Amino acid sequence: MSTPYAKLPAWADYVLIPLINLFVAFVVAGFVVILVGENPLRAAVVLVEGAFGRGQGIAFTLFYATTFIFSGLSVAVAAHCGLFNIGGEGQGYIAGLGIGIVCLAFDSVLPWWLTFPIAIVAAAAMGALWALIPAYLQAKRGSHIVITTIMFNFIAASVMVYALVGMLKPPGSMAPQTRTFLEGAQLPKLNWVIELFGAKIRSAPFNVSSLLALAMAFLVWALIWRTKLGYEMRTYGHSPKAARYAGISEIRIIIIAMMISGALAGMMALNPTMGDQHNVALEFVSGAGFVGIAVALMGRLHPVGIVLAAILFGMLYQGGAELAFEMPAISRDMIVIIQGLVILFAGALEHMFRPYVQALFASLSPKSVGMEAVKGKGA
Amino acid sequence: MDFFNAIVQVLDSTIRLSVPLLLACLAGLYSERAGVFDIGLEGKMLVGAFAGAAAASVFHSAYLGLGMAILISVAFALIHGFASITHRGNQIVSGVAINFIAAGSTIMLGQAWFQQGGRTPALAAGERFEAITWPGADALRSVPILGPIYSELISGHSVLVYLAFLAVPFTWWVLFRTRFGLRLRAVGENPAAVDTAGISVAWLRYRALICTGVLTGIAGAYLSMVQNGGFVKDMTAGKGYIALAALIFAKWKPVNAMFACLLFGFLDAASIRLQGTPLPLIGKVPVQFMQALPYVLTVILLAGFIGKAIPPRAGGVPYVKER
Repeated sequence: MSTPYAKLPAWADYVLIPLINLFVAFVVAGFVVILVGENPLRAAVVLVEGAFGRGQGIAFTLFYATTFIFSGLSVAVAAHCGLFNIGGEGQGYIAGLGIGIVCLAFDSVLPWWLTFPIAIVAAAAMGALWALIPAYLQAKRGSHIVITTIMFNFIAASVMVYALVGMLKPPGSMAPQTRTFLEGAQLPKLNWVIELFGAKIRSAPFNVSSLLALAMAFLVWALIWRTKLGYEMRTYGHSPKAARYAGISEIRIIIIAMMISGALAGMMALNPTMGDQHNVALEFVSGAGFVGIAVALMGRLHPVGIVLAAILFGMLYQGGAELAFEMPAISRDMIVIIQGLVILFAGALEHMFRPYVQALFASLSPKSVGMEAVKGKGA
Repeated sequence: MDFFNAIVQVLDSTIRLSVPLLLACLAGLYSERAGVFDIGLEGKMLVGAFAGAAAASVFHSAYLGLGMAILISVAFALIHGFASITHRGNQIVSGVAINFIAAGSTIMLGQAWFQQGGRTPALAAGERFEAITWPGADALRSVPILGPIYSELISGHSVLVYLAFLAVPFTWWVLFRTRFGLRLRAVGENPAAVDTAGISVAWLRYRALICTGVLTGIAGAYLSMVQNGGFVKDMTAGKGYIALAALIFAKWKPVNAMFACLLFGFLDAASIRLQGTPLPLIGKVPVQFMQALPYVLTVILLAGFIGKAIPPRAGGVPYVKER
């Protein structure tokens, strides 16, 4: 099938167009701010200051960003294989079960640096397991992965309510959450890194799982672009037919890609549970799995882009909280709107401004859009 | 007799709970049959519910509320169309975006306009759709068996409930007995053929999405103006996704859709009714199990263990005219 779009120089494709899309999303968000009777420019200033103005804000921004790096990578790995994993929310949520069991079992006997690796394995295994069933059904029985992963989000929610209320809740407690983890399952903070630069931080949950997130970003890059498996995944994502012709097992590649994706989504649960709240509570994922979709789209499915996009969304979350505090007419739900607009403009409408950018490039320098190469071939 | 009354009550709440599912499910039927996946049903219902309750409480008219619910919901359907038909964007991504925008904007605008924590003011009589009592319903109530069935199950619902169930044969008629319906189904199976016949694929899909918007708008209005006397944040609570599950369960057929929605509505009603009471033979069933059952059933169906659900062939694929 012929793509209806001609080529652009790489920097325009990966930097300019995402920035235009992001800009438009923020302009539309600005109209929503006007609609509730506030000044959008002042709102933007409050938001950025809230996120980066003080050390405290930066630490919170990076804390949120950590979760989004995991969920963004999760979406990206599946997307490279042509699969839309919308189930990161459920995979992360169910991973909380593994983390909870590990932490409750070991937090009194092991130090954090031994509990943490076990919890990572447990979280990744639970997330991968929750992605395995939809993957198997897609690969073997042809059921649509989007629908099954959505269903598994809801099933995960029911399972977690049942597990927290019925099993993990300490006897006699009313709140549907585990007991507070002891020192052995509390991740050390990284706030001192920011304090090195002279900022003051009272208390912020920025912790070592951020390093894990960065390591995962690197590993995902290596996997996708530097291994045979990653090559097979990309081949399958581009053209399942070509992959089949090349002897790549469809079933194997779908299942592996989805399990890696699920494992990454599962690790997302480490940050809020062991790093911040020190327990596993109801709804602790609170939409971070879905944010991953926006982050992955914004970052053009590349780990570097994803880390940057995750920081952007971390900024929105932290700055949005400040904004809700400063401007009573704007609630935290403003972030949800911005998220939706980013998904709309950077994802579904990513090609909207392309023809204009192309026309601009073509008029400035025909070579940059490959006009000469195309000419004469009738393509 | 007590047992019989309990059954009638469960069936009555089954009807009430399945109406929003049914409307959303039929809404999804139009768009998916036309080849446009729509996981934004949830969001469109939500904006419909908000717009309906907000307009009804401001203008003091239930029908103006319903009109506004439909209008806003159609507008969101058109955004989905703009992204996925005109700009050939990913339909799933577009649907996700709509759900986010709907979830955020309803709470934020609700808070800014009414200052009640994202709620709309409680709707007074005349601002919501009242139950219609059918002739003789009160007189027949004391007749055994037939009395409760007539007065509880058939009579005593709001106009939107009857509208939802009438929409089932109407949708069947439109899809399978009109030229528009034939073309709509064709565009979902083989858009190139429709294009060759000189019919605009894009315009046809847009019209299908407008039908979707109208129905999700009514579904939303039902939630906020019949089931609940006002809008509450996130009041759709996953119903759009259950409707999607029901649509697959029904294999994209209108009459099946009704039965699927009644089944899922029944599961919901039964789980409310059975909360904490042990069942004979099985013992106490956890509420969470009943809540998860529609999703589990859909997964099993999708896996092909209960028949095979075959979606419209061109579903999810943006149409690119050959050049």
